[in-house]
Amino acid sequence: MSETRTIEVDYLARVEGEGALYVRTEGDRVEEVKLRIFESPRFFEAFLRGRDFREAPDITARICGICPVAYQMGAAQAMEQICGVHMDAELEDLRRLIYCGEWIESHALHVFMLHLPDFLGYPDAITMAKDHPELVRKALRLKKIGNALMRLVGGREVHPVNLRVGGFYRTPTVDELAGIREDLVWGLDAAAEAAEFLAGLEFPDFEMDYEFVALVHPDEYPIIHGRIGSSSGIDVPVSDYDRIFTETHVVHSNALHSHLTESGRPAFMGPMARFALNRERLTPKAAALADRSGLGTVCRNPFKSILVRTVEIAFAFEEALRLLDAYRPIARPAVEASPRAGTGFGATEAPRGVCYHRYTLDEAGIIRDAKIVPPTSVNQPTIEADLHSLVQSHLDLPDDQLRHRCEQAIRNYDPCISCATHFLDLTVERG
Amino acid sequence: MSGQAAPESLVIGVGNPWRGDDGAGPAVARALAGAPGLAVAECGGEPAELMERWAGFERVFLVDALVAGGRPGSIHRLTAEAPLPVVARHSSHGVGLAEAVELARALGELPSKLVIYGIEPGHLDEGAALSPAVATAVAGVAQAILDESGRRR
Repeated sequence: MSETRTIEVDYLARVEGEGALYVRTEGDRVEEVKLRIFESPRFFEAFLRGRDFREAPDITARICGICPVAYQMGAAQAMEQICGVHMDAELEDLRRLIYCGEWIESHALHVFMLHLPDFLGYPDAITMAKDHPELVRKALRLKKIGNALMRLVGGREVHPVNLRVGGFYRTPTVDELAGIREDLVWGLDAAAEAAEFLAGLEFPDFEMDYEFVALVHPDEYPIIHGRIGSSSGIDVPVSDYDRIFTETHVVHSNALHSHLTESGRPAFMGPMARFALNRERLTPKAAALADRSGLGTVCRNPFKSILVRTVEIAFAFEEALRLLDAYRPIARPAVEASPRAGTGFGATEAPRGVCYHRYTLDEAGIIRDAKIVPPTSVNQPTIEADLHSLVQSHLDLPDDQLRHRCEQAIRNYDPCISCATHFLDLTVERG
Repeated sequence: MSGQAAPESLVIGVGNPWRGDDGAGPAVARALAGAPGLAVAECGGEPAELMERWAGFERVFLVDALVAGGRPGSIHRLTAEAPLPVVARHSSHGVGLAEAVELARALGELPSKLVIYGIEPGHLDEGAALSPAVATAVAGVAQAILDESGRRR
Protein backbone atom coordinates (compact mmCIF):
# COMPACT_ATOMS: atom_id res chain seq x y z
CA MET A 1 0.00 0.00 0.00
CA SER A 2 1.47 3.33 -0.94
CA GLU A 3 1.00 6.22 1.37
CA THR A 4 -1.15 9.16 0.28
CA ARG A 5 0.09 12.56 1.27
CA THR A 6 -1.49 15.94 0.60
CA ILE A 7 0.07 19.35 0.83
CA GLU A 8 -2.47 22.15 0.93
CA VAL A 9 -2.34 25.91 1.28
CA ASP A 10 -5.85 27.28 1.68
CA TYR A 11 -4.98 30.93 1.12
CA LEU A 12 -1.80 31.91 -0.65
CA ALA A 13 -0.11 34.85 1.04
CA ARG A 14 1.97 37.56 -0.61
CA VAL A 15 0.30 37.10 -3.97
CA GLU A 16 -2.45 39.32 -5.38
CA GLY A 17 -5.89 37.76 -5.33
CA GLU A 18 -7.45 34.59 -4.03
CA GLY A 19 -5.75 31.32 -4.75
CA ALA A 20 -4.92 28.02 -3.10
CA LEU A 21 -2.65 25.09 -3.68
CA TYR A 22 -3.39 21.37 -3.64
CA VAL A 23 -0.77 18.66 -4.13
CA ARG A 24 -1.40 14.92 -3.79
CA THR A 25 1.27 12.27 -3.80
CA GLU A 26 0.91 8.49 -3.82
CA GLY A 27 3.95 6.76 -2.44
CA ASP A 28 6.92 8.29 -4.19
CA ARG A 29 4.94 9.82 -7.03
CA VAL A 30 3.28 13.18 -7.37
CA GLU A 31 -0.19 12.43 -8.67
CA GLU A 32 -1.92 15.77 -8.72
CA VAL A 33 -0.95 19.44 -8.57
CA LYS A 34 -3.55 22.16 -8.69
CA LEU A 35 -3.04 25.88 -8.44
CA ARG A 36 -6.63 26.65 -7.54
CA ILE A 37 -7.75 30.13 -8.47
CA PHE A 38 -11.07 30.84 -6.84
CA GLU A 39 -11.08 34.60 -7.16
CA SER A 40 -14.43 35.35 -8.78
CA PRO A 41 -14.57 35.94 -12.52
CA ARG A 42 -14.69 39.66 -13.19
CA PHE A 43 -16.39 39.86 -16.59
CA PHE A 44 -14.41 42.84 -17.90
CA GLU A 45 -14.63 41.55 -21.46
CA ALA A 46 -18.41 41.56 -21.16
CA PHE A 47 -18.48 45.06 -19.58
CA LEU A 48 -16.61 46.37 -22.61
CA ARG A 49 -19.18 45.17 -25.14
CA GLY A 50 -21.52 47.96 -26.15
CA ARG A 51 -19.18 50.74 -24.98
CA ASP A 52 -17.60 53.41 -27.16
CA PHE A 53 -14.03 52.54 -28.21
CA ARG A 54 -12.70 55.69 -26.53
CA GLU A 55 -13.90 54.43 -23.14
CA ALA A 56 -11.81 51.26 -23.27
CA PRO A 57 -8.59 52.54 -21.62
CA ASP A 58 -10.52 53.92 -18.64
CA ILE A 59 -12.45 50.68 -18.20
CA THR A 60 -9.47 48.33 -18.63
CA ALA A 61 -7.38 50.44 -16.19
CA ARG A 62 -9.59 49.03 -13.42
CA ILE A 63 -8.48 45.45 -14.09
CA CYS A 64 -5.38 46.01 -11.98
CA GLY A 65 -4.25 48.52 -9.38
CA ILE A 66 -0.60 47.73 -9.86
CA CYS A 67 -0.27 47.34 -13.64
CA PRO A 68 -3.13 49.49 -14.98
CA VAL A 69 -0.93 50.97 -17.73
CA ALA A 70 -0.53 47.54 -19.35
CA TYR A 71 -4.29 47.24 -19.69
CA GLN A 72 -4.79 50.82 -20.85
CA MET A 73 -2.03 50.60 -23.41
CA GLY A 74 -3.08 47.26 -24.93
CA ALA A 75 -6.61 48.59 -25.38
CA ALA A 76 -5.40 51.89 -26.86
CA GLN A 77 -3.08 50.10 -29.31
CA ALA A 78 -5.84 47.83 -30.57
CA MET A 79 -8.20 50.80 -31.11
CA GLU A 80 -5.48 52.75 -32.91
CA GLN A 81 -4.87 49.82 -35.21
CA ILE A 82 -8.55 49.54 -36.08
CA CYS A 83 -8.91 53.29 -36.65
CA GLY A 84 -5.72 53.51 -38.72
CA VAL A 85 -4.03 55.94 -36.33
CA HIS A 86 -0.33 56.46 -36.85
CA MET A 87 1.19 57.41 -33.50
CA ASP A 88 3.72 60.25 -33.19
CA ALA A 89 7.14 59.01 -32.08
CA GLU A 90 7.30 61.39 -29.11
CA LEU A 91 3.95 60.11 -27.83
CA GLU A 92 5.25 56.55 -28.05
CA ASP A 93 8.28 57.64 -26.02
CA LEU A 94 6.04 59.17 -23.37
CA ARG A 95 4.08 55.93 -23.21
CA ARG A 96 7.33 54.05 -22.71
CA LEU A 97 8.25 56.48 -19.94
CA ILE A 98 5.08 55.96 -17.89
CA TYR A 99 5.43 52.22 -18.44
CA CYS A 100 8.93 52.42 -16.86
CA GLY A 101 7.20 53.83 -13.78
CA GLU A 102 4.85 50.84 -13.72
CA TRP A 103 7.72 48.34 -13.97
CA ILE A 104 9.58 50.13 -11.17
CA GLU A 105 6.69 50.23 -8.68
CA SER A 106 5.45 46.73 -9.48
CA HIS A 107 8.88 45.07 -9.43
CA ALA A 108 10.06 46.98 -6.33
CA LEU A 109 6.98 45.85 -4.43
CA HIS A 110 7.43 42.23 -5.43
CA VAL A 111 11.21 41.93 -5.14
CA PHE A 112 11.59 43.47 -1.71
CA MET A 113 8.27 43.31 0.08
CA LEU A 114 6.78 40.04 -1.22
CA HIS A 115 9.61 37.85 -2.53
CA LEU A 116 12.67 38.72 -0.44
CA PRO A 117 11.15 37.61 2.91
CA ASP A 118 11.19 34.04 1.48
CA PHE A 119 14.95 34.15 0.98
CA LEU A 120 15.80 35.84 4.27
CA GLY A 121 13.46 33.63 6.29
CA TYR A 122 10.79 36.10 7.42
CA PRO A 123 7.01 35.64 7.31
CA ASP A 124 6.47 39.15 5.90
CA ALA A 125 8.07 42.49 5.12
CA ILE A 126 7.12 44.04 8.46
CA THR A 127 9.08 41.42 10.38
CA MET A 128 11.94 41.70 7.89
CA ALA A 129 12.01 45.49 8.33
CA LYS A 130 13.05 45.15 11.99
CA ASP A 131 16.31 43.44 11.01
CA HIS A 132 16.87 45.06 7.61
CA PRO A 133 15.55 48.61 7.99
CA GLU A 134 17.83 50.19 5.39
CA LEU A 135 16.86 47.67 2.75
CA VAL A 136 13.16 48.22 3.40
CA ARG A 137 13.57 52.00 3.39
CA LYS A 138 15.30 51.73 0.04
CA ALA A 139 12.53 49.48 -1.30
CA LEU A 140 9.81 51.88 -0.18
CA ARG A 141 11.61 54.77 -1.85
CA LEU A 142 12.08 52.82 -5.09
CA LYS A 143 8.37 52.03 -5.19
CA LYS A 144 7.50 55.62 -4.40
CA ILE A 145 9.58 56.89 -7.32
CA GLY A 146 7.81 54.47 -9.66
CA ASN A 147 4.49 55.79 -8.37
CA ALA A 148 5.66 59.38 -8.79
CA LEU A 149 6.62 58.75 -12.41
CA MET A 150 3.19 57.26 -13.09
CA ARG A 151 1.51 60.23 -11.39
CA LEU A 152 3.61 62.72 -13.33
CA VAL A 153 2.69 61.31 -16.73
CA GLY A 154 -0.60 59.60 -15.92
CA GLY A 155 -2.25 62.05 -13.52
CA ARG A 156 -2.35 59.53 -10.70
CA GLU A 157 -0.52 56.33 -9.85
CA VAL A 158 -3.45 53.97 -9.43
CA HIS A 159 -5.70 53.74 -12.51
CA PRO A 160 -4.10 56.72 -14.31
CA VAL A 161 -6.57 59.11 -15.93
CA ASN A 162 -4.36 60.79 -18.53
CA LEU A 163 -4.00 57.94 -21.02
CA ARG A 164 -6.31 57.74 -24.02
CA VAL A 165 -6.70 56.26 -27.46
CA GLY A 166 -4.20 58.22 -29.58
CA GLY A 167 -1.99 59.37 -26.71
CA PHE A 168 -2.64 61.60 -23.70
CA TYR A 169 -5.05 64.30 -22.57
CA ARG A 170 -2.15 66.47 -21.47
CA THR A 171 1.60 66.05 -21.80
CA PRO A 172 3.95 67.06 -18.98
CA THR A 173 6.19 70.11 -19.32
CA VAL A 174 9.96 69.72 -19.52
CA ASP A 175 10.24 71.33 -16.08
CA GLU A 176 7.74 68.94 -14.52
CA LEU A 177 9.73 65.96 -15.73
CA ALA A 178 13.05 67.52 -14.72
CA GLY A 179 11.80 67.51 -11.13
CA ILE A 180 12.05 63.73 -10.93
CA ARG A 181 15.49 63.38 -12.55
CA GLU A 182 17.45 63.29 -9.31
CA ASP A 183 15.20 60.51 -7.97
CA LEU A 184 15.76 58.47 -11.13
CA VAL A 185 19.54 58.80 -10.78
CA TRP A 186 19.26 57.67 -7.17
CA GLY A 187 16.99 54.78 -8.19
CA LEU A 188 19.45 53.47 -10.75
CA ASP A 189 22.23 53.40 -8.15
CA ALA A 190 19.97 51.93 -5.48
CA ALA A 191 18.81 49.14 -7.80
CA ALA A 192 22.43 48.31 -8.63
CA GLU A 193 23.38 48.15 -4.94
CA ALA A 194 20.36 46.00 -4.18
CA ALA A 195 21.27 43.63 -7.03
CA GLU A 196 24.68 43.01 -5.49
CA PHE A 197 23.09 42.13 -2.17
CA LEU A 198 20.48 39.88 -3.81
CA ALA A 199 23.06 38.06 -5.94
CA GLY A 200 24.54 36.78 -2.67
CA LEU A 201 21.32 35.05 -1.59
CA GLU A 202 21.12 31.29 -1.53
CA PHE A 203 19.06 29.87 -4.38
CA PRO A 204 17.58 26.39 -4.51
CA ASP A 205 19.21 24.27 -7.19
CA PHE A 206 16.28 24.03 -9.58
CA GLU A 207 16.03 24.47 -13.34
CA MET A 208 13.35 23.68 -15.88
CA ASP A 209 13.36 23.50 -19.66
CA TYR A 210 10.95 26.38 -20.25
CA GLU A 211 9.33 27.66 -23.39
CA PHE A 212 9.84 31.39 -22.84
CA VAL A 213 7.41 33.70 -24.64
CA ALA A 214 7.88 37.47 -24.78
CA LEU A 215 7.68 40.38 -27.14
CA VAL A 216 10.85 40.72 -29.19
CA HIS A 217 12.01 43.88 -30.90
CA PRO A 218 15.12 44.40 -33.03
CA ASP A 219 16.11 47.74 -31.45
CA GLU A 220 14.88 47.84 -27.89
CA TYR A 221 14.24 45.82 -24.77
CA PRO A 222 10.53 45.32 -25.31
CA ILE A 223 7.89 47.25 -23.38
CA ILE A 224 5.21 48.55 -25.72
CA HIS A 225 6.19 47.11 -29.11
CA GLY A 226 7.38 43.91 -30.67
CA ARG A 227 6.49 40.63 -32.29
CA ILE A 228 5.69 37.58 -30.21
CA GLY A 229 8.82 35.48 -29.91
CA SER A 230 9.72 32.30 -28.08
CA SER A 231 12.74 30.25 -27.12
CA SER A 232 11.76 27.54 -29.61
CA GLY A 233 11.72 30.03 -32.46
CA ILE A 234 8.14 31.32 -32.65
CA ASP A 235 8.26 34.75 -34.30
CA VAL A 236 4.86 36.08 -35.28
CA PRO A 237 2.97 39.38 -35.26
CA VAL A 238 0.69 40.09 -32.29
CA SER A 239 -2.31 39.47 -34.56
CA ASP A 240 -1.34 35.76 -34.60
CA TYR A 241 -1.64 35.41 -30.82
CA ASP A 242 -4.94 33.50 -30.96
CA ARG A 243 -3.47 31.13 -33.51
CA ILE A 244 -0.36 30.22 -31.50
CA PHE A 245 -2.13 29.95 -28.14
CA THR A 246 -5.09 27.74 -27.24
CA GLU A 247 -7.02 28.54 -24.10
CA THR A 248 -8.85 25.94 -22.09
CA HIS A 249 -10.98 25.96 -19.02
CA VAL A 250 -9.97 23.72 -16.14
CA VAL A 251 -12.35 23.02 -13.29
CA HIS A 252 -9.97 24.10 -10.53
CA SER A 253 -9.32 27.60 -11.82
CA ASN A 254 -11.43 30.62 -12.64
CA ALA A 255 -8.62 31.73 -14.92
CA LEU A 256 -8.28 30.10 -18.34
CA HIS A 257 -5.16 28.03 -18.91
CA SER A 258 -3.11 28.54 -22.09
CA HIS A 259 -0.91 26.18 -24.09
CA LEU A 260 1.01 26.69 -27.29
CA THR A 261 -1.25 25.28 -29.98
CA GLU A 262 1.38 23.51 -32.04
CA SER A 263 3.54 21.89 -29.35
CA GLY A 264 0.94 21.65 -26.60
CA ARG A 265 3.54 23.02 -24.20
CA PRO A 266 2.85 25.61 -21.53
CA ALA A 267 4.51 29.01 -21.92
CA PHE A 268 6.46 31.06 -19.42
CA MET A 269 5.97 34.82 -19.65
CA GLY A 270 7.46 37.65 -17.61
CA PRO A 271 10.89 39.01 -16.66
CA MET A 272 12.75 35.68 -17.16
CA ALA A 273 11.27 35.32 -20.67
CA ARG A 274 11.98 38.94 -21.63
CA PHE A 275 15.53 38.53 -20.40
CA ALA A 276 16.09 35.23 -22.20
CA LEU A 277 14.87 36.60 -25.53
CA ASN A 278 16.10 40.21 -25.36
CA ARG A 279 19.15 40.27 -23.12
CA GLU A 280 21.42 41.92 -25.70
CA ARG A 281 19.07 44.89 -25.94
CA LEU A 282 19.25 45.80 -22.25
CA THR A 283 20.57 49.30 -21.52
CA PRO A 284 24.35 49.33 -20.74
CA LYS A 285 24.23 49.60 -16.95
CA ALA A 286 21.44 47.04 -16.64
CA ALA A 287 23.38 44.64 -18.90
CA ALA A 288 26.50 45.05 -16.76
CA LEU A 289 24.39 44.40 -13.67
CA ALA A 290 23.04 41.19 -15.21
CA ASP A 291 26.65 40.05 -15.72
CA ARG A 292 27.62 40.91 -12.16
CA SER A 293 24.52 39.11 -10.86
CA GLY A 294 25.75 35.93 -12.55
CA LEU A 295 22.67 35.57 -14.74
CA GLY A 296 24.47 34.31 -17.83
CA THR A 297 22.67 34.58 -21.15
CA VAL A 298 19.58 32.67 -20.08
CA CYS A 299 18.36 32.00 -16.57
CA ARG A 300 16.22 28.88 -16.11
CA ASN A 301 16.04 28.90 -12.32
CA PRO A 302 12.72 30.56 -11.43
CA PHE A 303 13.96 31.31 -7.90
CA LYS A 304 16.46 33.66 -9.55
CA SER A 305 13.61 35.67 -11.06
CA ILE A 306 14.25 38.04 -8.13
CA LEU A 307 17.60 38.90 -9.75
CA VAL A 308 16.10 39.34 -13.21
CA ARG A 309 13.41 41.63 -11.81
CA THR A 310 16.06 43.71 -10.09
CA VAL A 311 18.01 44.00 -13.35
CA GLU A 312 14.76 45.16 -14.95
CA ILE A 313 14.28 47.76 -12.21
CA ALA A 314 17.73 49.13 -13.10
CA PHE A 315 16.82 48.96 -16.79
CA ALA A 316 13.58 50.88 -16.20
CA PHE A 317 15.45 53.65 -14.35
CA GLU A 318 18.15 53.85 -17.01
CA GLU A 319 15.57 53.90 -19.81
CA ALA A 320 13.44 56.49 -18.00
CA LEU A 321 16.48 58.73 -17.64
CA ARG A 322 17.26 58.41 -21.35
CA LEU A 323 13.66 59.25 -22.29
CA LEU A 324 13.53 62.13 -19.83
CA ASP A 325 16.76 63.66 -21.12
CA ALA A 326 15.52 63.44 -24.71
CA TYR A 327 12.10 64.90 -23.85
CA ARG A 328 11.03 68.09 -25.68
CA PRO A 329 7.70 69.92 -25.51
CA ILE A 330 5.08 67.96 -27.45
CA ALA A 331 2.99 69.81 -30.04
CA ARG A 332 -0.13 67.64 -29.86
CA PRO A 333 -0.93 65.44 -26.86
CA ALA A 334 -2.94 62.96 -28.92
CA VAL A 335 -3.64 61.86 -32.46
CA GLU A 336 -7.38 61.99 -33.05
CA ALA A 337 -9.02 58.70 -33.96
CA SER A 338 -12.24 58.35 -35.97
CA PRO A 339 -14.19 55.14 -35.57
CA ARG A 340 -14.06 52.38 -38.18
CA ALA A 341 -15.36 48.85 -38.21
CA GLY A 342 -12.78 46.12 -37.74
CA THR A 343 -10.74 43.97 -35.43
CA GLY A 344 -7.48 45.15 -33.83
CA PHE A 345 -4.79 43.77 -31.57
CA GLY A 346 -2.59 45.15 -28.82
CA ALA A 347 0.15 43.62 -26.72
CA THR A 348 2.64 45.11 -24.29
CA GLU A 349 5.02 43.73 -21.70
CA ALA A 350 3.22 44.12 -18.38
CA PRO A 351 5.52 43.62 -15.37
CA ARG A 352 4.37 39.96 -15.32
CA GLY A 353 4.63 39.38 -19.07
CA VAL A 354 2.74 39.76 -22.34
CA CYS A 355 -0.70 41.31 -21.86
CA TYR A 356 -2.74 40.60 -24.98
CA HIS A 357 -5.86 42.46 -26.18
CA ARG A 358 -8.19 41.95 -29.13
CA TYR A 359 -11.25 44.09 -29.90
CA THR A 360 -13.84 44.23 -32.63
CA LEU A 361 -15.63 47.52 -33.33
CA ASP A 362 -18.65 48.28 -35.49
CA GLU A 363 -18.67 51.27 -37.85
CA ALA A 364 -19.90 53.59 -35.06
CA GLY A 365 -16.93 52.63 -32.88
CA ILE A 366 -18.97 50.51 -30.47
CA ILE A 367 -17.09 47.55 -28.99
CA ARG A 368 -18.73 44.33 -30.15
CA ASP A 369 -16.17 41.86 -28.85
CA ALA A 370 -13.23 41.98 -26.46
CA LYS A 371 -10.62 39.49 -25.37
CA ILE A 372 -7.91 40.22 -22.82
CA VAL A 373 -5.32 37.64 -21.76
CA PRO A 374 -3.22 38.54 -18.71
CA PRO A 375 0.20 36.91 -18.33
CA THR A 376 -0.58 35.26 -14.98
CA SER A 377 -3.36 33.34 -16.67
CA VAL A 378 -0.89 32.01 -19.27
CA ASN A 379 1.69 31.13 -16.61
CA GLN A 380 -0.61 28.86 -14.56
CA PRO A 381 0.35 25.54 -16.23
CA THR A 382 4.03 26.48 -15.98
CA ILE A 383 3.64 27.19 -12.27
CA GLU A 384 1.95 23.80 -11.87
CA ALA A 385 4.78 22.10 -13.78
CA ASP A 386 7.33 23.75 -11.47
CA LEU A 387 5.38 22.57 -8.43
CA HIS A 388 5.15 19.05 -9.80
CA SER A 389 8.88 18.81 -10.39
CA LEU A 390 9.78 20.54 -7.14
CA VAL A 391 7.63 18.26 -5.00
CA GLN A 392 8.80 15.17 -6.86
CA SER A 393 12.43 16.01 -6.11
CA HIS A 394 11.81 17.00 -2.48
CA LEU A 395 9.54 14.22 -1.25
CA ASP A 396 11.94 13.66 1.62
CA LEU A 397 11.07 17.04 3.16
CA PRO A 398 8.52 17.20 5.98
CA ASP A 399 5.13 18.66 5.01
CA ASP A 400 5.63 22.14 6.45
CA GLN A 401 8.95 22.63 4.66
CA LEU A 402 7.58 21.25 1.44
CA ARG A 403 4.56 23.52 1.72
CA HIS A 404 6.77 26.53 2.24
CA ARG A 405 8.93 25.61 -0.73
CA CYS A 406 5.79 25.32 -2.89
CA GLU A 407 4.53 28.74 -1.80
CA GLN A 408 7.92 30.19 -2.69
CA ALA A 409 7.75 28.52 -6.10
CA ILE A 410 4.42 30.22 -6.76
CA ARG A 411 5.70 33.60 -5.60
CA ASN A 412 8.59 33.27 -8.08
CA TYR A 413 5.99 34.24 -10.69
CA ASP A 414 4.65 37.33 -8.88
CA PRO A 415 1.22 36.03 -9.85
CA CYS A 416 -1.60 38.54 -10.07
CA ILE A 417 -4.58 36.29 -9.57
CA SER A 418 -7.14 39.08 -9.71
CA CYS A 419 -5.94 40.02 -13.19
CA ALA A 420 -5.83 36.40 -14.27
CA THR A 421 -9.49 35.60 -13.75
CA HIS A 422 -10.40 36.07 -17.34
CA PHE A 423 -13.07 33.54 -17.91
CA LEU A 424 -14.33 31.26 -20.59
CA ASP A 425 -17.40 32.21 -22.59
CA LEU A 426 -20.15 29.74 -21.90
CA THR A 427 -21.96 28.32 -24.90
CA VAL A 428 -24.85 25.96 -24.38
CA GLU A 429 -25.71 23.76 -27.32
CA ARG A 430 -29.06 22.09 -27.18
CA GLY A 431 -29.68 19.30 -29.61
CA MET B 1 -0.24 84.82 15.06
CA SER B 2 2.82 85.53 12.94
CA GLY B 3 6.15 84.34 14.25
CA GLN B 4 4.52 81.29 15.78
CA ALA B 5 6.51 78.05 15.55
CA ALA B 6 5.52 75.54 12.90
CA PRO B 7 2.57 73.39 13.98
CA GLU B 8 3.50 70.32 16.00
CA SER B 9 0.37 68.39 15.09
CA LEU B 10 -0.57 66.99 11.72
CA VAL B 11 -3.91 65.61 10.57
CA ILE B 12 -3.76 63.14 7.68
CA GLY B 13 -7.00 62.20 5.95
CA VAL B 14 -6.81 58.84 4.19
CA GLY B 15 -9.39 57.72 1.67
CA ASN B 16 -10.94 58.31 -1.73
CA PRO B 17 -13.32 61.30 -1.84
CA TRP B 18 -14.89 59.88 -5.02
CA ARG B 19 -16.16 56.83 -3.19
CA GLY B 20 -18.87 58.10 -0.86
CA ASP B 21 -18.06 57.61 2.83
CA ASP B 22 -14.52 56.46 2.04
CA GLY B 23 -13.96 60.21 1.76
CA ALA B 24 -14.52 60.69 5.51
CA GLY B 25 -10.76 61.03 6.20
CA PRO B 26 -10.13 63.72 3.57
CA ALA B 27 -13.35 65.49 4.72
CA VAL B 28 -11.95 65.79 8.27
CA ALA B 29 -8.66 67.11 6.89
CA ARG B 30 -10.54 69.71 4.83
CA ALA B 31 -12.70 70.72 7.80
CA LEU B 32 -9.56 71.39 9.84
CA ALA B 33 -7.62 73.27 7.13
CA GLY B 34 -6.49 76.60 8.57
CA ALA B 35 -7.05 75.64 12.23
CA PRO B 36 -4.30 77.22 14.34
CA GLY B 37 -1.51 74.87 15.40
CA LEU B 38 -2.60 72.13 13.00
CA ALA B 39 -1.19 71.12 9.66
CA VAL B 40 -3.41 69.02 7.40
CA ALA B 41 -2.70 66.60 4.56
CA GLU B 42 -4.52 64.06 2.43
CA CYS B 43 -2.84 60.88 1.35
CA GLY B 44 -3.52 57.47 -0.15
CA GLY B 45 -1.98 55.59 2.79
CA GLU B 46 1.20 54.21 1.13
CA PRO B 47 3.79 53.58 3.89
CA ALA B 48 6.55 55.68 2.31
CA GLU B 49 4.18 58.56 1.70
CA LEU B 50 2.82 58.49 5.27
CA MET B 51 6.32 58.45 6.77
CA GLU B 52 7.41 61.32 4.57
CA ARG B 53 4.35 63.37 5.49
CA TRP B 54 4.62 62.92 9.23
CA ALA B 55 8.41 63.30 9.50
CA GLY B 56 9.14 66.10 12.00
CA PHE B 57 5.69 66.13 13.61
CA GLU B 58 5.34 65.23 17.29
CA ARG B 59 1.72 64.35 17.16
CA VAL B 60 -0.17 62.88 14.21
CA PHE B 61 -3.86 62.16 13.75
CA LEU B 62 -4.72 59.66 11.03
CA VAL B 63 -8.35 59.63 9.94
CA ASP B 64 -9.75 56.88 7.73
CA ALA B 65 -12.97 55.02 7.04
CA LEU B 66 -12.99 51.87 9.16
CA VAL B 67 -15.28 48.90 8.82
CA ALA B 68 -15.69 47.22 12.20
CA GLY B 69 -19.30 46.13 11.99
CA GLY B 70 -20.73 49.20 13.73
CA ARG B 71 -23.48 51.59 12.65
CA PRO B 72 -22.60 54.08 9.89
CA GLY B 73 -21.06 57.14 11.50
CA SER B 74 -19.70 55.27 14.55
CA ILE B 75 -16.35 56.72 15.62
CA HIS B 76 -13.42 54.54 16.72
CA ARG B 77 -10.33 55.96 18.39
CA LEU B 78 -7.11 53.93 18.48
CA THR B 79 -3.57 54.79 19.42
CA ALA B 80 -0.36 53.24 18.17
CA GLU B 81 0.96 52.60 21.71
CA ALA B 82 0.33 48.89 21.20
CA PRO B 83 0.78 47.09 17.88
CA LEU B 84 -2.28 47.32 15.64
CA PRO B 85 -3.89 44.09 14.52
CA VAL B 86 -2.59 43.34 11.03
CA VAL B 87 -5.13 41.10 9.35
CA ALA B 88 -3.98 38.51 6.84
CA ARG B 89 -5.04 39.95 3.52
CA HIS B 90 -5.76 38.29 0.23
CA SER B 91 -4.30 41.16 -1.69
CA SER B 92 -0.74 42.31 -1.77
CA HIS B 93 -1.29 45.27 -3.98
CA GLY B 94 -2.80 47.65 -1.50
CA VAL B 95 -1.17 48.00 1.89
CA GLY B 96 -3.64 48.48 4.71
CA LEU B 97 -3.28 51.39 7.12
CA ALA B 98 -2.47 49.06 10.02
CA GLU B 99 0.31 47.44 7.99
CA ALA B 100 1.67 50.84 7.04
CA VAL B 101 1.74 51.88 10.72
CA GLU B 102 3.42 48.63 11.77
CA LEU B 103 5.99 48.93 9.00
CA ALA B 104 6.76 52.47 10.19
CA ARG B 105 7.09 51.13 13.75
CA ALA B 106 9.55 48.46 12.59
CA LEU B 107 11.59 51.15 10.87
CA GLY B 108 11.53 53.43 13.92
CA GLU B 109 9.55 56.04 11.99
CA LEU B 110 6.46 56.41 14.16
CA PRO B 111 5.72 59.90 15.50
CA SER B 112 5.88 60.10 19.31
CA LYS B 113 2.11 60.27 19.46
CA LEU B 114 -0.08 58.68 16.81
CA VAL B 115 -3.86 58.68 17.14
CA ILE B 116 -6.09 56.95 14.60
CA TYR B 117 -9.71 57.94 14.15
CA GLY B 118 -11.86 55.52 12.20
CA ILE B 119 -15.30 56.40 10.94
CA GLU B 120 -17.69 53.59 10.07
CA PRO B 121 -18.92 54.12 6.48
CA GLY B 122 -22.52 53.73 5.31
CA HIS B 123 -22.00 53.49 1.56
CA LEU B 124 -19.01 53.54 -0.78
CA ASP B 125 -20.87 54.45 -3.97
CA GLU B 126 -18.92 56.10 -6.74
CA GLY B 127 -19.34 59.85 -6.89
CA ALA B 128 -21.75 59.97 -3.93
CA ALA B 129 -21.64 62.58 -1.17
CA LEU B 130 -21.02 61.62 2.47
CA SER B 131 -24.07 60.04 4.03
CA PRO B 132 -25.71 62.22 6.75
CA ALA B 133 -24.51 60.05 9.68
CA VAL B 134 -20.94 60.11 8.38
CA ALA B 135 -21.05 63.87 7.74
CA THR B 136 -22.05 64.31 11.40
CA ALA B 137 -19.21 61.99 12.47
CA VAL B 138 -16.75 64.03 10.37
CA ALA B 139 -17.70 67.17 12.32
CA GLY B 140 -17.41 65.19 15.56
CA VAL B 141 -13.94 63.87 14.78
CA ALA B 142 -12.76 67.32 13.65
CA GLN B 143 -13.90 68.77 16.99
CA ALA B 144 -12.31 65.92 18.95
CA ILE B 145 -8.99 66.54 17.19
CA LEU B 146 -9.21 70.26 17.99
CA ASP B 147 -9.89 69.44 21.66
CA GLU B 148 -7.13 66.85 21.83
CA SER B 149 -4.50 68.96 20.11
CA GLY B 150 -5.40 72.01 22.24
CA ARG B 151 -4.93 69.96 25.41
CA ARG B 152 -1.28 69.35 24.91
CA ARG B 153 1.25 67.74 27.19
